Amino acid sequence: MSAPQPMIEIRDLHKGFGGQPVLEGVNLRMMPGTTTVILGGSGSGKTVLMKHIIGLLKPDRGHVIVDGTDVTELGRRELNEFRQRMGMVFQGAALFDSMTVGDNVAFALREHTNLSEEEIQKRVRDKLGVVSLFDVEHKFPAELSGGMRKRVGLARAIVRDPKIVLYDEPTTGLDPITTENVDEMIITARQKLGVTSVVISHDIGSSFHIGDHIAMLYQGRIVEEGPPARMRKSEEPHTREFLATWFGRA
Amino acid sequence: MAEAQSPPAPGRSILTSFSTQAARPLVVLGELSIFFAHSLSAVFRPPYRVAAFFYQLDFMAFGSLFVVGLTGLFTGMVLALQTIYAFGLFNAQSLVGATVELSLSRELAPIFTSIVVVARVGSAVATELGTMRVTEQIDALETMAVDPFNYLVVPRILAAAIATPLLTMLFNAIGLTGAYGVAVLLRDLHPSTFLNRLEYLVDLKDITEGLGKACVIGFVVILIAAYRGYSAKGGARGVGIATTQAVVGGLIAIFAIDYIYTAISLANPAGRGGGLGG
Repeated sequence: MSAPQPMIEIRDLHKGFGGQPVLEGVNLRMMPGTTTVILGGSGSGKTVLMKHIIGLLKPDRGHVIVDGTDVTELGRRELNEFRQRMGMVFQGAALFDSMTVGDNVAFALREHTNLSEEEIQKRVRDKLGVVSLFDVEHKFPAELSGGMRKRVGLARAIVRDPKIVLYDEPTTGLDPITTENVDEMIITARQKLGVTSVVISHDIGSSFHIGDHIAMLYQGRIVEEGPPARMRKSEEPHTREFLATWFGRA
Repeated sequence: MAEAQSPPAPGRSILTSFSTQAARPLVVLGELSIFFAHSLSAVFRPPYRVAAFFYQLDFMAFGSLFVVGLTGLFTGMVLALQTIYAFGLFNAQSLVGATVELSLSRELAPIFTSIVVVARVGSAVATELGTMRVTEQIDALETMAVDPFNYLVVPRILAAAIATPLLTMLFNAIGLTGAYGVAVLLRDLHPSTFLNRLEYLVDLKDITEGLGKACVIGFVVILIAAYRGYSAKGGARGVGIATTQAVVGGLIAIFAIDYIYTAISLANPAGRGGGLGG
């Protein structure tokens, strides 16, 4: 029996800016239907790594293979087609502030499909329901709390039923209760929709709650990876030092 | 023994800083050229965002009617006062109407309108795109497979290229009306004296050249504003800096393009009729 193929495979990824290396040979595999958390401190290269997965950045060297496609070799048009299979939830939600919640969630449907307005509205309501938001279609993002904006961001990311959802620091700056809600939202999205999730975070508690697989990024390299239970007992010095800031206090 | 590294010469860091600063305008010009190339290629790429274009045209043209009209009215009025005074010194008041209209159509209307466009529209474009950049809304567009140049930049630069000459026409008309009012009603110039020479001395070409100038300037200043907003970094301060750079860059562009355009258009004045004896 052949081994399962990863949904995302990063091979020897290098990237620098202005002669300053940020990623120095990242290797990582993410399996379908799982949630992989990339943990790391500020400046470790987490966001740069995520931007390579969705093709917002081109690497200096290495490959990013997503669902059998080498993202690094795609042209503008192919990249746009490829991105339609993915969704991304931004740290600050990145909702279009001139549009209502309903228009934000419907945006990709109106851009890329010929669905009727009735069908679009139905899908918008469905996806907002997945993230437990009801009757907010006519509100503007400025009228919502931080946690609600993140949920709308997820509803917008999953509206076209993507295979992969990327989360950029989903719990940064949120209070503990909202953090818990966002964690549940990520777990629910994976369970209900079967998506492969990639989360970058420095929130250790949240990462161990939602992650099936955790990778520790330090100075542009994955220094250790594995399931949460194993990572918690890590002997790797950088991982131990990082996790001690949380588990040391627990 | 390893040789101790000598400290850099005191003047070197100042020199490096100076050369970096001196090269900055070239870097900006290079980046702006690339931004222009991206924008131009996006103009011809579907989807063609007609609704967004008309939305921007409404904001830029209809939204600027009042301020452009008022600026045009006062400009025409003060121009009439100054011209009547100056031409009165050598008894040539019959040239007032023509001089006012030539000044308005060839120079003042396109330039003053463009200044209003930079102040009102350029600052808004830079702030809006800058805010979208720093709040990752532009990244969000890209992740949803929507080209930000096609969606955000093209409707704005095309609308500016149409709105600026339209507003210039309005400035022209209201400015001339204001000048006529001052000359005829307040300074007792006979209406035919004001209008006769105007008909002889002002060519259609004078008006169309002014409109052409407005079209080019409108396109360039909003391109600069879009570039500055699109390249904004950091938070609120970064957006503020981008807006300032957009307005300053736009103002410099207005006067630079004005000179180049005028020099080219006057290099070959063939076909121009009229003249004092005409």
